[in-house]
Amino acid sequence: MSLSIEEVRRIAALARLRLEPAEEARLAGELSAILDYVRLLEELDVSRVEPMTHALAGEGTPLREDRVVACLSPEKALANAPAREGNYFRVPRIIE
Amino acid sequence: MSAAGLLGLSIGELSGRLSRRQVSAEEVARQALERVAATDGRVGAFLRVTPERALEEARDSDRRRARGEVRSPLDGVPLALKDILLTEGVETTAGSRILAGFLPPYDAAVVERLRAAGAVSLGKLNMDEFAMGSSTENSAFGPCRNPYDLSRTPGGSSGGSAAAVAARQVFGTLGTDTGGSIRQPAGLCGVVGLKPTYGRVSRYGVIAFASSLDQVGPLGKTVRDVALLLQAIAGHDPRDMTSSERPVPDYLAEIESGAKGLRIGVPREWLAGGAEPGVERKVRDALATYERLGARLVEVELPHSKYGIAAYYLVAPAEASSNLARYDGVRYGLRAEAKGLKDMYGESRDAGFGTEPKRRIMLGTYALSAGYYDAYYLRAQKVRTLVRGDFDRAFEKCDVVAGPVSPTVAFALGEKVADPLQMYLADVYTIGCNLAALPGLSVPAGMHEEARLPVGLQLIGRPFDEATLLRVARALERETGPLPAPGEFA
Repeated sequence: MSLSIEEVRRIAALARLRLEPAEEARLAGELSAILDYVRLLEELDVSRVEPMTHALAGEGTPLREDRVVACLSPEKALANAPAREGNYFRVPRIIE
Repeated sequence: MSAAGLLGLSIGELSGRLSRRQVSAEEVARQALERVAATDGRVGAFLRVTPERALEEARDSDRRRARGEVRSPLDGVPLALKDILLTEGVETTAGSRILAGFLPPYDAAVVERLRAAGAVSLGKLNMDEFAMGSSTENSAFGPCRNPYDLSRTPGGSSGGSAAAVAARQVFGTLGTDTGGSIRQPAGLCGVVGLKPTYGRVSRYGVIAFASSLDQVGPLGKTVRDVALLLQAIAGHDPRDMTSSERPVPDYLAEIESGAKGLRIGVPREWLAGGAEPGVERKVRDALATYERLGARLVEVELPHSKYGIAAYYLVAPAEASSNLARYDGVRYGLRAEAKGLKDMYGESRDAGFGTEPKRRIMLGTYALSAGYYDAYYLRAQKVRTLVRGDFDRAFEKCDVVAGPVSPTVAFALGEKVADPLQMYLADVYTIGCNLAALPGLSVPAGMHEEARLPVGLQLIGRPFDEATLLRVARALERETGPLPAPGEFA
């Protein structure tokens, strides 16, 4: 299958990736080749197979008690912020 | 003693010398740091060395020992960590420019556990960006090289973790394995590497790649070293909801019990000419050794293994596209200046991510996008059920499954970078284990006779049966010995 440049742009927009035109063309080719390869899975009849939704049945995803526990302090949580203002992350203008 | 000095010892041997006070932890740490300084310009295993911290931890260990408060066989032993594991206050990048300068506010659970065991950390190890790759060439900070041949890759994504052990820079390391990222570099660098069962080791504080597949595990020179490291990091952690509550056995208890009476499953599909002849020969030699030791070889079938890579390259990118959405320039990581918020996201992610993460984010976003979920992600998750079923049936007939780790020996730097699909196919034998959530181990099977490069034997076990994997690996190692250190680093 062949992915068009328009489709690559649509996916890049969904993924919030800005791509150079040369990258768009290259990715269109590479992704098409990978998608061709994964069509191998179409050989299999999986209509009656359950998907693996947990890696090990009977393990994990327990419920925990709903109570307050310690978490990162605001200072630690903000320590790596590219820009902050008081106890907030500062971001560029949202509404144009 | 060889030029590697103390660094040539196993953890068990070093631990003995420390407890007999033949050497101090500080002296060992100094030697390790000197060795890293002397060799890493050629190898590129480390992204960052933390000498002051290492020496401080070593002196703490010496003080504990003087007080008779030794914490474990790892007390005072120099180790190093894949740079995907968070280390409080020590830069952690996952090999990505987008995290350059990131100082984690807390330690990963495995880092806490190694510290509690008294281990000394020398620093952070090179890796493919976000663990996406099979050669460590996708590191944003320069490639790592194979100590057995510096023109070749160490494999990946935990290439730095395998190379640091092979070059005798440290006594052991931690890596992560999503599709073979511990076992493949261990095999290509001639060391031992273990991917534990999904849920055996906490992933709290591990930078996420593909959450239904990722697992942390140890690499070392010997099987016993790997068992000691697993012992220290395994166990339940309520902060990782996929962490298992099963008790952790004593991994050394049965390790010397040999292979006699065990049934070793040989998948017909894995020795059908897919691997290079010289690799297949070493694997067959190892199987013959097991037979001589009294194990029984049984043929098993993994008919869905040929679908593994296709399923993996839908599941892993889909989960990665979701996990990597957090790198948006808001809370941490690189931010590119832009007028509006949306442009800031796009510019930051363009500037911060390398080629492979972008490719996988694109592939994953596509596979999860409206109208495609059933055809791609859901179908791939169903195929995982089939892959797991193959293994379940195999384990009715055998105790471990054995085969090659990789189809070839270590490949040259640059050989596969231009063709992502070729790079993906390097994982053909390792991916099934992750898809099925099983434990898998790579142990040296010997040197490829023509190429004179290491070949690994892969062993895959039942869920939570790491002990049998270690026992079977140790039986081979007792016969073949650990590989000789690479000439330049002996």
